[in-house]
Amino acid sequence: MSGFAALLTRDLRLAFRQGGDVANVVAFFALAVILFPFGVGPDPDLLARIAAGVLWVTALLAALLSLERLFDADFQDGSLEALSLMPVPLEIQVLAKCAAHWLTTGLPLTIIAPLLALVLHFDAAGYPALIAALLLGTPVLSLIGAIGAALTLGARRAGVLLSLLVLPLYIPVLIFGVAASEAAALGLESRPHLLLLAALLAGSLALAPWATAAALRQALE
Amino acid sequence: MAGRELQKSLTGEGLACRRGERLVFQGVAFALAPGGALLLGGPNGSGKTSLLRLMAGLAPPEYGAIAWDGVAIAEDLAAHRARLHYIGHQEAVKLALTAEENLAFWTQMRGAADAIETALRRIRLDARATWPVRYLSAGERKRLGLARLLASPAALWLLDEPTTSLDAESTEILLAAIAEHRRAGGCVAVATHASLPLPGAQHLSLTGHTTWRQA
Amino acid sequence: MQRFANPARFMRLSAALLPWCAVAAAALIAIGLYGALFIAPPDYQQGEAVKIMYVHVPSAWLASLVYAVMAVASAVALIWRHPLAHIAAESAAPIGAGFTFVCLVSGSLWGEPMWGTWWVWDARLTSVLVLFFLYLGFIALANAFDDRTRGSRAAAILAIVGVVNLPIIKFSVDWWNTLHQKASVFRMGGPTIAVSMLWPLLVMAAGFLFLFAVLLMLRMRTALLQAKLRALRFGT
Repeated sequence: MSGFAALLTRDLRLAFRQGGDVANVVAFFALAVILFPFGVGPDPDLLARIAAGVLWVTALLAALLSLERLFDADFQDGSLEALSLMPVPLEIQVLAKCAAHWLTTGLPLTIIAPLLALVLHFDAAGYPALIAALLLGTPVLSLIGAIGAALTLGARRAGVLLSLLVLPLYIPVLIFGVAASEAAALGLESRPHLLLLAALLAGSLALAPWATAAALRQALE
Repeated sequence: MAGRELQKSLTGEGLACRRGERLVFQGVAFALAPGGALLLGGPNGSGKTSLLRLMAGLAPPEYGAIAWDGVAIAEDLAAHRARLHYIGHQEAVKLALTAEENLAFWTQMRGAADAIETALRRIRLDARATWPVRYLSAGERKRLGLARLLASPAALWLLDEPTTSLDAESTEILLAAIAEHRRAGGCVAVATHASLPLPGAQHLSLTGHTTWRQA
Repeated sequence: MQRFANPARFMRLSAALLPWCAVAAAALIAIGLYGALFIAPPDYQQGEAVKIMYVHVPSAWLASLVYAVMAVASAVALIWRHPLAHIAAESAAPIGAGFTFVCLVSGSLWGEPMWGTWWVWDARLTSVLVLFFLYLGFIALANAFDDRTRGSRAAAILAIVGVVNLPIIKFSVDWWNTLHQKASVFRMGGPTIAVSMLWPLLVMAAGFLFLFAVLLMLRMRTALLQAKLRALRFGT
């Protein structure tokens, strides 16, 4: 079994056995979205207008919640140090951890999102674009978030600091994700925005593991 | 892979290490020949762990260089990592996984063949191989951490306080494993407070190399 | 490069340069302001409100330039592992944040009479706001660890990661239809701005540049003296 697969299965196995993490993320997402009708009033037109934005912002925040733990447990028990000494390149290991993070965060969010979109009276024509945009955008959230998680390992107030670092970098994903999701409802093409999201995904697949590995190495020095 | 790397030496010259803004030691040199053992001694804070980490390539030295078989390790860190086992203070075991799963993970990461059952048997964890590690004692977890040494081969062993939490019988097993490794041409560096009976070992005490002034 | 790496040399060099740079900064800014306020003509559309440009535009240029300096210093620090490069990056960060803040506030003050709004979420303004948060993140990260060198190195990596924002700031007005006007000075065909408006602008920019140099050197000297104090007290 290759190093990538070994690390991915280990992380998935741990997530499954320690339980709770996936449920926490999904529960937060659902609760936060449901708060909006209470906050802005139940007017269907208003909710439909803000639906895409609300879904994306809360998905972002939910993804952010679980990022803190991406490397922390391994850092605390010495596993990260041992992993950095393995022959498998650290960049590949980072990709494996990001994949595990996405499978336990981004993917469940993408699956739940259409249900929550119902609650917000999201325009039915926009569902394919919404799902496609989330499928493309949530991995980017995991990849960029990994950079922040690696940089803040062992810092004081790591959670708040992580948000401060990562949220500005999330803004392009948010902009294009919402634009793609809303396009169908506005009678516009969603393809250009989806292509931009795909470009962001390709770019972060190439660059984020490198930056994350550099940050991990200096955390271990 | 380990076979090719045996019978080679690890050397260091003029080594200095900085932790934070403090220069922990300077002017340290050592030569670890094939089959040799190096015992690092000195009080807490003298830099034993730091020197081991320099040897592992986890951090570059402030001054000086470390070489394997005459070639600086900094030139090919990936190859250096493939030829060593580094067992630090922490066991690097996951409590939610079984002993067997933990060990299988590390051997898979090293790309080595499965010698897991033999390794577990040698350190007397085979009876508890399918227990989640959270139910193992501190000594058993330490043994599991050391099991990596036996499960996949490597020419250079770097051990940081390997005998903490180990009972007498486990310490004997560790010493036997080290002796077998040395006979095969591998070398080992151990940082320890305890006096480990390693025949023919060099002693390197870091107290004299410290520049940290006591208040 | 290595010639300036020695702290003692830097202290001597900066001690010699500081007075000249300070004088240059003061003189250039004074001349620039005089030219901007009294000599340059008011814009045919905006009237006197256009004079905010003479503060807004140079501070915008410096905001990006300082970030570039910070990123280069960070790269040097990570590759050659020299503490002076870390000190340079960390000293530059608050100065850059200051210029960015001035840019945002002056832009807001200018936007009100010109566009009728204090803020708009177009590409240029958003990316400059992101730049401001990158500066804040850098400063926060550098100070977030008990081990100061760990903080410096983490912040250095962040600075390099954030460099992707600089081309976005520069080209956002070309890539998207934004409310913010397109480039009038740094463009392929040469400046399109009137000369009588251009020279005070360039003089102000030069003055801000010398101001940056002065502030940077002052902060670096202070940081080096603090490091020396720590070394004497706690032993290195």
